[in-house]
Amino acid sequence: MSEKIIEIVDKIDASKVFNELSHPKSGGICVFVGTVREFTKGEEVVSLEFETYKKMALKEMDKIATEAVVKWNLNKVIIRHAVGLKEVEEPVVVVGASSAHRDACFEACRYLIDTLKKTVPIWKKERFENKSVWVSAHP
Amino acid sequence: MNVLFFGIAKDIVGSSQITFSDEFKKPNSVAALKAQLMLSYPELSKLTSLAVAVNSEYAEDDVSLTVGDEIAIIPPVSGG
Repeated sequence: MSEKIIEIVDKIDASKVFNELSHPKSGGICVFVGTVREFTKGEEVVSLEFETYKKMALKEMDKIATEAVVKWNLNKVIIRHAVGLKEVEEPVVVVGASSAHRDACFEACRYLIDTLKKTVPIWKKERFENKSVWVSAHP
Repeated sequence: MNVLFFGIAKDIVGSSQITFSDEFKKPNSVAALKAQLMLSYPELSKLTSLAVAVNSEYAEDDVSLTVGDEIAIIPPVSGG
């Protein structure tokens, strides 16, 4: 039985993820941490603001984690996303996979973050000096 | 029937929730709801995409809506 950690939190502590994914049957742990970047298309970002439809977001995150566990036979999986106001360099998302061999956790980790970005109802607003923009809202 | 709005959709509508209390005027499908909202708030039709969730699951246009449903308008997601 593999263990899933699915959370939406106010603040992410990226340093505890190794312990959360550590498992006696695992020979590899792969983690992706998404952080706030200072520049978007040459414009300086002051902060990012995330909001979510939490009930649905947790359901969608759980679906992604379950799919990854089945597909790559993971021992542990984590998907944790932060909401609220985040400043440059702060972590906003952590996904990770723990598996017997490294190929599985590398592939799973990529799948977790790529799918999260497509399906999980979380929205990010970029705050610049003089304006703020909902990311990806318009073509 | 409650309709929740998030992200840019909330800004466009100017509210995080709309309640359709009149049984006869409420849209009876996802497609009808989208059409009604786009008519009332034309800015919604300029978005990259507009999805609808019924009881916190993505729902296609032909899904019918009933009084007790929790409906959410999902503009393009941008987590991560």
